[in-house]
Amino acid sequence: MSDEAETEIELQTLPLDAWHRARGGRMVPFAGYHMPVQYEGIMAEHLWVRESAGLFDVSHMGQLLLSGPDLDAELEKLIPADVKGVKLHGQKYSLLLADNGGILDDLMFTRWEDGIYMVVNGAVKYDDIAHLRDHLPDEITLNHMDDQALLALQGPKAADALGRLVPGVAELVFMTGGRFDWNGVPLWISRSGYTGEDGFEISVPGDKAEALADALCAQPEVKPIGLGARDSLRLEADLPLYGHDLDPETTPLMAALGFAVASKRRREEANFPGAERVLLEREQGPVVKRVGLLVEGRQPVREGAAVLDAEGSEVGKVTSGGFAPTLGAPIAMAYVPAAMAEVGTKIQLNQRGKVHEATVTAMPFVPHRYVRGSK
Amino acid sequence: MRYFTEDHEWVDVDGDIGTVGITDYAQGQLGDIVFVDVPEEGKTVTKGDEAAVVESVKAASDVYTPVSGTVIEGNAELADNPGLVNEDADGEGWFFKLTLSDPSELEGLMDEAKYDAFVAKL
Repeated sequence: MSDEAETEIELQTLPLDAWHRARGGRMVPFAGYHMPVQYEGIMAEHLWVRESAGLFDVSHMGQLLLSGPDLDAELEKLIPADVKGVKLHGQKYSLLLADNGGILDDLMFTRWEDGIYMVVNGAVKYDDIAHLRDHLPDEITLNHMDDQALLALQGPKAADALGRLVPGVAELVFMTGGRFDWNGVPLWISRSGYTGEDGFEISVPGDKAEALADALCAQPEVKPIGLGARDSLRLEADLPLYGHDLDPETTPLMAALGFAVASKRRREEANFPGAERVLLEREQGPVVKRVGLLVEGRQPVREGAAVLDAEGSEVGKVTSGGFAPTLGAPIAMAYVPAAMAEVGTKIQLNQRGKVHEATVTAMPFVPHRYVRGSK
Repeated sequence: MRYFTEDHEWVDVDGDIGTVGITDYAQGQLGDIVFVDVPEEGKTVTKGDEAAVVESVKAASDVYTPVSGTVIEGNAELADNPGLVNEDADGEGWFFKLTLSDPSELEGLMDEAKYDAFVAKL
């Protein structure tokens, strides 16, 4: 059998490194860190999150705190979100855009008392920091909170489990957060995540992460979950992964993230990077678009497979693909020409010389179960 | 008699018929297996060829034939139940059977004791 080649780079360790190993986590290189890809097995872990609650270590992600004068207006020059409209402890998804509208990263930001707290992808966090530092005025302070760990507790029983340790978290609604105290440890907790399930993300001082992870996994609903299941969960939930489904060649509309440019004020002001192109694509539709595919048969069609047109020419690419444990079938995300992006369109995929039949399908593949507030 | 490769395939030889599978160590490394593609009857394979594909949730891997020969049967059970490889890699989860064209190729393979020692060092 073939082994995958591993690149020799200097890998860093995260606060929970020993904790993962002690729990049988199989460690792999990811985003420059040693990270657990699985514990008991991806399939079982995936299904456990959909039924109960799973604890993910996402400490590789960048936690940033921005503060300073005119921060909202300055940040709006770099992302298309309505920053000014975000209330205290409100959280929003947005995109760091290049001048041509290409996506440099996707991120979450939250208004704190003393600034904007931002969580960015681990693999590009140093690029993001450099980009922010280059483009924000010197008066704006950027603090990389690299002494903080980040845990995600995801699943329908997450609120029961976390609520037992930290009373009050159940009162948060999707995309809001709050400050909590756990045995004297200050926690920032938001009701958010990247699995499509209800759940929480918890920022905790790195030296308290083990104790918190232990306390969470002592709850009967909770098991530790690796990156493998995180990937299959987010794929089922139509959540694109930066570096795979999103990159500088893709724009918000191509990526089917039109909701990231939903603010009418921001569109009218048209003063975010790449606004001209992004707004034109919003008006006329992008030339290529990210779609979901149901693949026939059982064989997964993965990142890199070609999308073929009726003549058999390559007109697009699969950017994520795999076996969906919840559905028991292979699914994928791909970029296809607009004419092929309609739900129900039959598409052929070429992977290693073998042609697979697929159908464009509405995403998410598995319904979201976020706990939203009443409007 | 069963022989092993450094790529974690096994071939069980009875006369000039060989049965090929992947080892229990290999299935454990792959994790949950969701798809297996086995060669069809009549296919001629040369030692070291990519003869089958095994896909876990995480990744696709090629399975190389440990010996040359002509395939006489692919394990049809695996199409509907690829998880059989996880459950019983050494037995029911076999991949294909072939008629050996050059039994001398077996001399380059490991026996079970050598393979176990090889895996212990990984």
